Amino acid sequence: MRYLPLTPDDREAMLAAIGAKSIDDLFIDVPQAARRDGFVALPRVAGELEVERALSAMAGKNATASIVPFFCGAGAYKHHVPATVDHVIQRSEFLTSYTPYQPEIAQGTLQYLYEFQTQVANLTGMEVANASLYDGSTAMAEGVLMATRVTRRNKAVISGGVHPHYVKATETVVHAVGVETQALTAAVDAEDAVIAAIDKDTACVVVQTPNVFGTATDLTKIAEAAHAAGALLIVVVTEAVSMGLLKSPGEMGADIVAAEGQSIGNALNFGGPYIGLFATREKLLRQTPGRYCGETVDADGRRGFVLTLSTREQHIRRDKATSNICTNSGLCCLAFTIHMSLLGETGLRQMALLNHEKAVATRDALAAIPGVEVLTPRFFNEFAVKLPKNAAEVVQTLADNGILAGVPYSRLAPEAGLDDVLLVAATETTLDADIKILAGALAKVLAA
Amino acid sequence: MRFTKDHEWVRLEGDVATVGISKHAADALGDVVFVETPEAGKTVSVGDSFAVVESVKAASDVYAPVAGEVVEGNAALASAPETVNADPEGEGWFAKIKVSDASAVEALMDQAAYDAYLTTL
Amino acid sequence: MSTMNTVGRPTAPNALPDNDYKHPTLTGARGLLQDEHLIFEGEGWGKTGVDLPEPATDGSDLGDLVRKDPIGLPGLSEPEAMRHYVRLSQKNHAIDLAIYPLGSCTMKHNPRLNEKMARLPGFSDIHPLQPQSTVQGALELMDNLAHWLTTLTGMPAVALSPKAGAHGELCGLMAIRAAHEAKGEHEQRRKVLVPTSAHGTNPATAAFVGYSVVEVAQTDDGRVDVADLASKLGPDVAAIMVTNPNTCGLFERDILEISRLTHEAGAYFYCDGANFNAIVGRVRPGDLGVDAMHINLHKTFSTPHGGGGPGAGPVVLSEALAPFAPAPWVVNTGEGYKLVEREEDEAAQAFGRLCAFQGQMGMYVRALSYMMSHGSDGLRQVAEDAVLNANYIKARLSDLMSAAFPEGPCMHEALFDDEWLKGTDITTLDFAKAMIDEGFHPMTMYFPLVVHGAMLIEPTETESKQELDRFINAMRLLAEAAKAGDVDRFKGAPFHAPLRRLDETRAARSPRLRWSAPEGSNIAAE
Repeated sequence: MRYLPLTPDDREAMLAAIGAKSIDDLFIDVPQAARRDGFVALPRVAGELEVERALSAMAGKNATASIVPFFCGAGAYKHHVPATVDHVIQRSEFLTSYTPYQPEIAQGTLQYLYEFQTQVANLTGMEVANASLYDGSTAMAEGVLMATRVTRRNKAVISGGVHPHYVKATETVVHAVGVETQALTAAVDAEDAVIAAIDKDTACVVVQTPNVFGTATDLTKIAEAAHAAGALLIVVVTEAVSMGLLKSPGEMGADIVAAEGQSIGNALNFGGPYIGLFATREKLLRQTPGRYCGETVDADGRRGFVLTLSTREQHIRRDKATSNICTNSGLCCLAFTIHMSLLGETGLRQMALLNHEKAVATRDALAAIPGVEVLTPRFFNEFAVKLPKNAAEVVQTLADNGILAGVPYSRLAPEAGLDDVLLVAATETTLDADIKILAGALAKVLAA
Repeated sequence: MRFTKDHEWVRLEGDVATVGISKHAADALGDVVFVETPEAGKTVSVGDSFAVVESVKAASDVYAPVAGEVVEGNAALASAPETVNADPEGEGWFAKIKVSDASAVEALMDQAAYDAYLTTL
Repeated sequence: MSTMNTVGRPTAPNALPDNDYKHPTLTGARGLLQDEHLIFEGEGWGKTGVDLPEPATDGSDLGDLVRKDPIGLPGLSEPEAMRHYVRLSQKNHAIDLAIYPLGSCTMKHNPRLNEKMARLPGFSDIHPLQPQSTVQGALELMDNLAHWLTTLTGMPAVALSPKAGAHGELCGLMAIRAAHEAKGEHEQRRKVLVPTSAHGTNPATAAFVGYSVVEVAQTDDGRVDVADLASKLGPDVAAIMVTNPNTCGLFERDILEISRLTHEAGAYFYCDGANFNAIVGRVRPGDLGVDAMHINLHKTFSTPHGGGGPGAGPVVLSEALAPFAPAPWVVNTGEGYKLVEREEDEAAQAFGRLCAFQGQMGMYVRALSYMMSHGSDGLRQVAEDAVLNANYIKARLSDLMSAAFPEGPCMHEALFDDEWLKGTDITTLDFAKAMIDEGFHPMTMYFPLVVHGAMLIEPTETESKQELDRFINAMRLLAEAAKAGDVDRFKGAPFHAPLRRLDETRAARSPRLRWSAPEGSNIAAE
């Protein structure tokens, strides 16, 4: 067994040093009835080659984003990640280290976390950002819980533009602690309905921009309405690259930003691991979930970094902690921060513009197809179209022909009655040729 | 000055009680890094958690040793939490509470009784 | 004499004037350790390390929504980026460098085959919302992983989606809550019993889900006090949360009694599976009466800890709780695999959804790659070697240090208290910092809370006897130095790490959590 260094002789010598006759002596505390002799009914040891063959066979059955015309978004985006990123995150010192509990021998991790926190704060336009949560959807749930602590109110108003899976993941958790949610009807442009729903019991208003239909929204009015009612504004962002082109949530009055950072540095990975970005105002810091890295000095006065403000966290506060979260998205943070450092402001803005350019070109191509109605008025890299046919069936037909045309809205929320709505995303990876293939194939399917 | 088993202290002047945490508690916490004191006007009952004190390694709720209405929280602690370590039973006070029943203070431990109590821990 | 060194280059070291290692450099660097500034302190404003085509749009169609102010993101060219991160990396300890004996963290070797498999485009380059017909291999992998996990645990079902151990705890307690709701007992069952030795996530999770936490006492031999547990169980208790093997590194001998009493009281048994590595392949939690248990794939199944994440925390569930598992899940229909994304579709009792998509696919691939590599025989050997290594350390150090529970074997971790340091003026923290100077990552300190000055050592099965002996030798030398009164070696430690001890008080009193431009500078940041 290649991962186990002990030899039979080692084991014998060690048992002797312990004073045990056999390995069974070390398991004597296990009740007799629960001991199992022999092996469980699973395959035996396998060499690298066998494992690689078996897993490659499974991998080979999937249609990968990079080799087909690909237009899926809805919370996960295909972007190009520089080769440097994956090389660095596989360095032993990053890959095989843990939470920096001993800062003297973890400055590498701590310094990149500090840089990451700064990048996220600046990107979102907020004062502080934590060292990440699991993903965007769990960050939203944490944001809602935090808002109820800050405002001592118990209701969250959720815009009809928020990703339905985010809504579901949030409701599942916050309902358990008795927080009420008012999830508004799905709407491409949801601003007025959100403002109308705010009342004196509202702890927070949750809006997404660009929203699940792709709509980019100026949230200033919603922020004003929320603040006038004493509520917090939580802004969800599922496409982090959008903040390279669009006004930041902070500029528009956000109190909490809960974002998905997958787009920067991280692969699609069929949904995970991803990286939850969580940023807020400094005065709300004590009520936030998750871990922070802070600057300090060592005994010789040299600058260094440590995990800090941990009295909010479960290992100290136990049942009074702000959250039960214990990890962050470590390596995904590292991938994010390396990619962001490579991009810099110049590269990020350029990348964001390319995304917008490709999406506009895709929109123009689809809008020209008879029967297709573009629903999204202003968008970054994703938009919704109304088809004259069931969108899920159209997507399936196109997939059968080797085209991943986007995400039917009914996949996210079948109960919404928007069976004819298709969400289409384009990024800097989208080829003009792919746009033509999509438009041509879609026209054919709709005409059939 | 009177003490509780949870290491709060009370000093009564007229019907206003100044409350804080004992030197023993401050020492046990280590370097205090954050204190949250109550706002004036808040009504508290005996045993209510009315303030929070944190060191790097521990966080603790502070329980009201007396019932009444908060007259003033020690706002200075927000920017200078180290005062709790430097002078826990003086400048490091947490709040002034207008007590509803002054005689309840008498029922708490005096210095000698508290010192004796500490030896039992 | 033709080989004479004629250019004055000495080839043997100079005789040193003294052995004083305190000889500060002029620049702050120390040999291979570079003094690396923050990316914000360089000259990268406006620079970029990517070459992208020139965009044909300026975004003006978006009008006022366009971001105009500087964002504050410096850029690095590729060589600068590589240097920056490589320099940082060299300030980290890592499993690949030396034993990393953090108790309860299971820092085992991370096989690189796992990394290679997770990066196969067929797994890494697929979208979570692609039509299911285009991701049959991914669903097959999830189904395979579920089969391995349920078989190893002897449990009928598994919820794969929780994103870390604590998220798994949340999943388990939500399932328990849903089960009580289905029986109409939720309103009366509002307590969760948790032993005092529990990991902080247990009470935090119970409270997160709205339960009040009642602590259960521990016996002198480091186990759950069954009498105390029995006295606290009743019609108001929803669940108990017990870690087994527990955080003292001991197997709960009375586990069958604990589960029987719990079920008799109408409550469910949540087992914290953080320490499953000690029993994998030898004991099935299903045989212990467990109703729900999370499995940290980054512990038992070797997915990398990555500086603090990402983790993965699938939860195995008993028959009683299985119907309440959250969406999504995979069903093998016989003609293919189906991902059930809406709980309404198949089982009306599912408690909801825990995250946007399917969970940590990248970790599923790594964990399955690891399990397939070991096989059922290898995994049983994993548990045995993990337990053997811990007991070896305990046996070899118990004469100098005080084992917290000297009687009987430990499981996968050896727990010491600080009794043996009494009178030396050296604390557990000091001792840990001196270990850093000797090249080792310290063990877990001051946890579990029930043991004074706790030192919790978990070597894992992937340490060779040679590495264990090297570690034990260092620990013995340090223990002897401590007892001999060599206090300075400990009080000032570490001396040889990239940094000396850090001022945590200062960091917490006035938090600086991000870089900001120095006052008066005109750097293009906020």
